[in-house]
Amino acid sequence: MTFTTSLRHPDEADSALGTWFKTYAPWLLLFSLVGLLYGIAEYIPWAFKYPREWVIPLRFWISDAVKWLYNDATFGLFTFKEFTRGVSWVLEWPLTLAKSLLSTGFLQGQGSDAVVVWPRLAWVALTACAVVVALAVADIGLALLVAACFLYLAVFGQWESAMVTSSSIVIAVPLGVAGGLALGIAAHRHPIFEKILTPVLDLMQTVPVFAYLVPILVLFGFNPVAAMIATIIYAMPPMVRNTMLALHRVPAEIVDFGHMAGCSKRQMLWKVMVPSARGGLMVGVNQVIMLSLNMVIIASMIGAGGLGRDVLTALRRLNFGAGLEASIAITLIAIALDRVSHAFAHKPPPVHGKNARIFLGSNPYLSIALLTIAGTWALGPVLPAIQTYPENWQVTTGPMVNDLMQWLNVNFFDTIEAVKSWLLINAMIPFKRFLLSLPWIALVAVVALSGYRLGGAKLAVLVSCLVTFIAVTGQWPKAMVTLYLVGISVFIASIIGIPIGIWSARHERADRVVKVIIDTLQTLPAFAYLMPVVMLFRVGDFSAMLAVIAYSLAPAIRYSNLGIRQIDPALIEAATAAGCNRRQLLWKVQLPLALPEIMLGVNQTIMLALSMLVITALVGTRDLGQEVYIALTKADIGRGLVAGICVAFIAMTADRLISPWSVRRKKLLGLE
Amino acid sequence: MDIRDSAPKKVKLSCSNLWKLFGQGADRFLSTNKNPSHQAVVDAGLIGAVRGVNIEIHEGEIFIIMGLSGSGKSTVVRCLSRLIEPTCGEILFDGSNLLEASAKELIEIRRHKMGMVFQHFALLPHLTVLGNVAFPLEIQGVDRKTREQRAIEIIELVGLEGREAYYPRELSGGQQQRVGIARSLAVEPDIWFLDEPFSALDPLIRREMQDEFLRLQSVLKKSIAFITHDFDEAIRLADRMAIMKDGEVIQVGTPEDLVMRPATEYVAEFTKDVPRAKVLTVMSIVHDAREGHAYDNFVLATDKIDAVAERVLDAKHGFGVQDESGRIIGEVNQEDVTRILIGRG
Ligand SMILES: Nc1ncnc2c1ncn2[C@@H]1O[C@H](COP(=O)(O)OP(=O)(O)OP(=O)(O)O)[C@@H](O)[C@H]1O
Ligand SMILES: [Mg+2]
Repeated sequence: MTFTTSLRHPDEADSALGTWFKTYAPWLLLFSLVGLLYGIAEYIPWAFKYPREWVIPLRFWISDAVKWLYNDATFGLFTFKEFTRGVSWVLEWPLTLAKSLLSTGFLQGQGSDAVVVWPRLAWVALTACAVVVALAVADIGLALLVAACFLYLAVFGQWESAMVTSSSIVIAVPLGVAGGLALGIAAHRHPIFEKILTPVLDLMQTVPVFAYLVPILVLFGFNPVAAMIATIIYAMPPMVRNTMLALHRVPAEIVDFGHMAGCSKRQMLWKVMVPSARGGLMVGVNQVIMLSLNMVIIASMIGAGGLGRDVLTALRRLNFGAGLEASIAITLIAIALDRVSHAFAHKPPPVHGKNARIFLGSNPYLSIALLTIAGTWALGPVLPAIQTYPENWQVTTGPMVNDLMQWLNVNFFDTIEAVKSWLLINAMIPFKRFLLSLPWIALVAVVALSGYRLGGAKLAVLVSCLVTFIAVTGQWPKAMVTLYLVGISVFIASIIGIPIGIWSARHERADRVVKVIIDTLQTLPAFAYLMPVVMLFRVGDFSAMLAVIAYSLAPAIRYSNLGIRQIDPALIEAATAAGCNRRQLLWKVQLPLALPEIMLGVNQTIMLALSMLVITALVGTRDLGQEVYIALTKADIGRGLVAGICVAFIAMTADRLISPWSVRRKKLLGLE
Repeated sequence: MDIRDSAPKKVKLSCSNLWKLFGQGADRFLSTNKNPSHQAVVDAGLIGAVRGVNIEIHEGEIFIIMGLSGSGKSTVVRCLSRLIEPTCGEILFDGSNLLEASAKELIEIRRHKMGMVFQHFALLPHLTVLGNVAFPLEIQGVDRKTREQRAIEIIELVGLEGREAYYPRELSGGQQQRVGIARSLAVEPDIWFLDEPFSALDPLIRREMQDEFLRLQSVLKKSIAFITHDFDEAIRLADRMAIMKDGEVIQVGTPEDLVMRPATEYVAEFTKDVPRAKVLTVMSIVHDAREGHAYDNFVLATDKIDAVAERVLDAKHGFGVQDESGRIIGEVNQEDVTRILIGRG
């Protein structure tokens, strides 16, 4: 921008003014209209506050429809209710099996009379197996990390809960992968199906999780199977996307070769396409694992036991000691699984002479694992410490953490409170009031005009419909509270993240440190942020904001870093040769060129902030997220879905406005 | 004039009036416009990748399709193998209409009668050399022992023995293409398609692979459709060749035909720097044999002049010329050979 203006010939000043006018005139017009709106506010109250009588009772319609579906709908041979029961029944089998193996042991009999006929996997055996897997896919470093994670579970008394959680994960992940693979393959084969699936995936990835917990709760009840279904649905979309992408990226020549070798459809898929796409598919598997773990706590709201329930209970009772240990346990499992699956996905390509297969054939790793399992089974009855980690060897930091909290509260309560109140009173609350006072119709107009400038009439219609939906369904005030929290969090995350990203892109050593930090931040499940924040700042908007900032910081850093880095080095050299100092270089060359990428980062930050914000409903916000959460506790499908869709629509509006801007800007700068 | 014409060969694969237009409404456009010009196709917003091509590939010959990038070579071969459906035209393979083959028949034809080699090798990264070469047989359901035995034989044939257990990534480009060649030969195809098989290799290796290819062909005698955009490669390998431009074939003939009698300016432009001695055969400078003269030395009528020049020029006496059956059909003299060598064809 700066270049072009300074390079312009004086003769062009006229036309420059013309362009300026063309660009800003519509905005001036719009803002004067809004001003006018305020002038005649008394006569048109409906423009400011959407009248209650005009609200479309969509949520009741949805609830009624589901009620009908559940009570009366039949598919001829069976009713809908029988269908959902059937699904539960089918899924219960593998879940029970996994639970027996990892947690309860194989039981005979019912309830409290049940006797263990075959013990579960000993903690020593399971730890050994995990270490062996880590050794097989990577190196001793990863093996040590995995060992440390498992030891933590045992030593800090998290083993029992962790096994309950794991038994759900080990079933949910393969099912999510298989389902995602199947859908991805179908979409790859039938372009029409892909066209239908893509917007559904878009919606699923922006609708907050809570929103579809509600229907699952109503249809499948409050139990571990329902929780697992929710986990699978939540974790599957990235697998579908990655499958489509990976199959699409198989080189055309390889596809041609498959045809020329005379492959049948099935051979083509399983012998040519899937093996060639392995790398991309494994990225999907990794994401399924991570999302499943992200779901652990949320799933406990509809009946999953284990670590998730421990954290949730602790959070509700404000018992931070217990909650923190369970939170850390989830985080450690997430890190261990992420590293192992990541190592597996990026395993160096096979080399001749080495055994390329990992778990098949004569393989030392497998033998070791089997030996430990057999050994512990044999020794278990004699040495119970091998079977179950003895309770009196356990350590807990719970009381210590609680003491620390007490101490912090006694000594720093006033300081923390002061900072918090100051921010609340001077920044947060005024901003919230301002947003709530805005006429809804003006906001729709602003969004529509932005859409029109960025992507023409089609985009304008789309985004204004999305925003109007929020007003029409009566969610406007709650949406404004959401907007206020997201806005302020994204703003702060950006002013922290973007400078860090830029700074690290310009300093090699800083870059390495920052990269490790971001990678860790991105593997932490959303809930991990909640516990410490609430410990220090209590419940409320302020805590929610902090958790949202922490959760959504990573993309702001990552994208700014990338934006600076991908600038053509020749350009930097040219600018340096022209006499730019480092400061000028940054402001006049690097920043303008990196801006489109930075904005994509902000876009991602907004997406993450919205998904986190819904979760912070647990710490007492009063926005759309809370609406969904309340719907969940009341099992009110319509209420939950409508509020959830509103959140999704806010996310989509932001995305549809920022992405095209960034793409256009990149084209203009010749970056693509 | 040409000996080859005297004994007409069986046609293995042929196409007539083959069209392939890319873009929307290609079918409709072609059914309303018979024989549209290049410009007409472009004006209709379509891409005329193949326009009215007629070629015949004889049994046991190397037929080269040569043209610049984008001239439609790959598209012709992809039509001939039915990897894509032509917009219209007829393709005869062993005398039967390939375009009428059902999906099932097509799979059978490809499994047993066609082999293809790709520019970027298209090896499967998760299989070893052995696994890759045996893959087409695996697809046919041949049992493991038989197919690996067969694969080992072919790997030996292409000179890769000892590398059976390597993965494609561990091989050089030339070696990878040898695997590609071995794989395409595993099923003993009747027709062998090679789409710029050596273009991704550096010049020295390319030369070596061409020699290797000629050696293989002298043993195997396949019917071959070979694509290249490199004219030197074409004249080195071709029995006959077709030159393509903008989707059309502008001339088909032996390298000698193209050099001596270019059909258009375009062909002439291509061939003008080609050393004559490399394309002309002894046949083109043969004189009547001297009555009653007994020759001590002979050259074949089909030999390239380049290949025999040294022998002819070093000799004291003239050389007799024989045809393939050993009949004496004339003689060559040193002046003619020198004239061709210095480029005054
Ligand atoms: N699937 C397709 N869709 C649209 N146009 C295509 C498609 N495939 C090829 N073309 C076009 O058809 C023309 C001929 O392409 P083709 O690949 O046959 O050329 P080629 O002679 O093999 O060139 P190269 O030497 O680059 O491989 C080109 O203009 C190409 O852009
Ligand atoms: Mg080509």
